[in-house]
Formats: sequence, structure tokens, C-alpha cells
Amino acid sequence: MERKININRYKCACCGACIAVCNFNANEIINTFLEIKDKNCTLCFSCIKACPFRAIELEE
Amino acid sequence: MTDYDIIIVGAGPAGSTVARSAAENGLNVLLLEKRQEIGVPVRCAEGVGKEKFNEIFKDIDKKWISAEVDGAKVYSPDKKTEIVLSGDKAGNEAGYVLNRKIFDKDLVKLATLAGSDLMVKTTATGLKKNKDQGTIELTMQNSDEIFTAETKILIGADGIESKIGNWAGMNTTLNLNELESCVQYQMTNIDFDERFCHFYLSYETIPGGYLWIFPKGKNVANIGLGVLSSLSKKSPKEYLDNFVNNNFPDGKIIEINAGGVPVGYPLKSAVNDNVMLVGDAARHVDPITGGGILNAMIGGLFATNIAIESINKKDYSVKTLKKYDELWKNDFGKTLHRNKKVQEKLLTTDDKTLNSIFHSMENYNITEANTKKLLYEIIKRNPKLLWDLKGLFI
Repeated sequence: MERKININRYKCACCGACIAVCNFNANEIINTFLEIKDKNCTLCFSCIKACPFRAIELEE
Repeated sequence: MTDYDIIIVGAGPAGSTVARSAAENGLNVLLLEKRQEIGVPVRCAEGVGKEKFNEIFKDIDKKWISAEVDGAKVYSPDKKTEIVLSGDKAGNEAGYVLNRKIFDKDLVKLATLAGSDLMVKTTATGLKKNKDQGTIELTMQNSDEIFTAETKILIGADGIESKIGNWAGMNTTLNLNELESCVQYQMTNIDFDERFCHFYLSYETIPGGYLWIFPKGKNVANIGLGVLSSLSKKSPKEYLDNFVNNNFPDGKIIEINAGGVPVGYPLKSAVNDNVMLVGDAARHVDPITGGGILNAMIGGLFATNIAIESINKKDYSVKTLKKYDELWKNDFGKTLHRNKKVQEKLLTTDDKTLNSIFHSMENYNITEANTKKLLYEIIKRNPKLLWDLKGLFI
């Protein structure tokens, strides 16, 4: 299976920190929910390190 | 004919300040908010300096303010020394802790009363330059409805997660060493000195940031911390839980907030053709304190002035809008730049050194202290450590 990042909805507070560090326009808060755009994601993991709740997880 | 003189994306303090002042000046204004409710979720510790806040608002509504403080206490990593910034009540360091839920919504109400249009639960989804008219066409979505509007000026007030800057060809993406990753609990049932905002520093337990306790009323406070994403080894939540469990074991959490705070150097420019960025979107945040509300509103007023000028001249080019850069750079931009230099130095200072710096300040008379004076005094008393920063304070 391909590696991709997932949002753990139980942890995410929809704060937008992950979006501020994304160079690839691969995430967005739609209304109040975070969405990841897999096709733009380069798996650089910046968002994982930026997240206050470590809500972004790598799925292998 | 264009649909609007100004469209503003984001209805936080920066956006609603622009909307209100532009509408008061007779412009045709639309304010957009992607969320269904203004002001939530809160992503903020809610502290502002009293003096500047009073300058901006002639009529402060009491409902905007949760608590008033006389000053700040800053603690050394070993907690053996504290620096108190206070002075008289009208002084520089006295402050308000706001109720952002009420404050943000009221600012938007004031903008609409001044004549601004408003759309909530409406997301900006893209922009296109209209070359013939020299204007911008903004695409928006509300529910299933996708529609466009043409505007002379577009204001990006879309916060930490700003898209407008990047869409308009400005690179506003932050590196991990330019982002404070923050978690905050609003807690009740806690005992602390409610006359002050409290700041704790420690490279070990709060790497690259600080922990705060801001009073929100009797036995209630915002307790949170920010750590630099490039330095933190654990999640910010783990660092905060550790502090809270040790210091306020009986406290009850009534609200959880999170957020990112930009702490890089200020942008070289916050404008492009037709577009100006304000507030967190423009990264107008103090790299030491993380404070951004006042800059957002002051910058918003600057942006409005330049928008009016460019609309009168019918020239929305980057050349005209550049004046906005001059205004914010000559105002709070200088402090942002200076404090970034100091913050960089702090990032390389270990706890042992920090403790000795605090210790050196023990008999400092602080009645008239403000942050700038304090930093200057710290440098004077620790010349070997901090001499390279001296030039910043002359």
C-alpha cells in the first residue's frame, strides 16, 4: 500500500498550523475541518512536526 | 463596473478592522468568513497591551474584556528569580485579557453597521487577474453555490493558514523554525496571582517558546504554551500537560485551544498587484511575545488608507500599494525586526545561562519598565553574553 498522511479526527483541533508550513498546497481548512489533498502531498512531514496535537499520522 | 472596491478574506480583528474603516470611508466592501461562526474556535491567549488598545478604540465595550492586569511576571527556568514588569496602571505593560469570542463578533457587527457586506460560511476558492480592467476576480463557495465577484483591492486577512498570499504570488509559507506550535487550556479552579500575566521560560521544558498564564476572571485562566516546531522533541500538549499536572492538579479544563503563531522575520513585502496582506496572514506577529492582535488592527488601518488612495487614483498596482509596506515597516515593523534578532539569541541560550541572566536582574528597579528598556538593561548587565545585540537598542 502507498504511504500517505491521515488526520486523526479525535486529535485535530483545526488550528491551521499545518497549513502555514505546507509548501505544496496539500492541505486546507474547509469551513472548520482540515482536509489533506493527497495528490499534492510530497510526504515532507513538515505538517506532522507543526501540529500541536500530533494529529497528523503517517499511514504505511 | 466592478462589484466591490474591496473584498476582505477573513473576519478576524485584521479583516473586520479593514471592513469597518473602509465602509466608514464610503467604499463598497465585502467581508468573507469561511467559518459558520465568527470568533470560534479561539486560537489565541487573548492578551493585549492596554495603552495601544485604548488608542485604537474610543469606546471600549466592557464585554470585550475578561480581565485587566497590572503587568507581567517573567520567571527564570529554575523559578528562583522573577522579573516583574508593572509600574502604574496606565503604564506600557498593563493589559487586557480579551474575550475573543465576543470581541471578534462585535468588530464584525461594527463593520456591517458601517455598511460592509458580510458572508459567513463562505470560502474563497481561487483568484484570477482581470488584465483588461486591472482588477481581480475572486471565486467563492457557499454550500453548493459557486460564484465570483470582481474587486479592485483584495485583502488577505486569512490568518496563519493564509492562501491569498500564495495565490497572489507571495511566498508566505513558514519554515518549521518560524512556527510556534501552541496548545492552551482554559482552566477553572486554579489559584494564582490574578493581577498579572505570567510567563515561564525554559529551553529544557518549553523549547524555543514560553508558557503563559493569563487571567480570565476569578480562578480562571488561559494556560498555554508555544514551542518552536523545529526544536520540540515532544508534542506541545505533552509539555503543557506536564506543567499543569505539576502546578494545578485540581484545575478543571473548560476549553481546549490550539494554534500556530508565525515567528519569522517580517515579510519583505506584504503586497502585490491588487493585493495586501494583514494580520497573521502578513505574519505581523511579535516573535518574542507572539502578540498579533494590535498589529493586525493597526496594519488593517494602514491597509485601508492605502486602499482608499489607490482607488482614488484608479491605480491598484504593486507600486501604489507598496506604501502600505512603508507604513507598517516604519511602525510596528521595526519592533518585529528587533525582537526577531533577540528571539534568535534566546533560541541559543541554555537554561543555565538564562538563570544567570535572570539572576543579574534581581535588584533592577522596574517601576518604569517596558519591554524595550528591560531588554536594554539585560544586555547592559550581561555584556559578554549579549553584546552583539546592543546595537538594536540604541
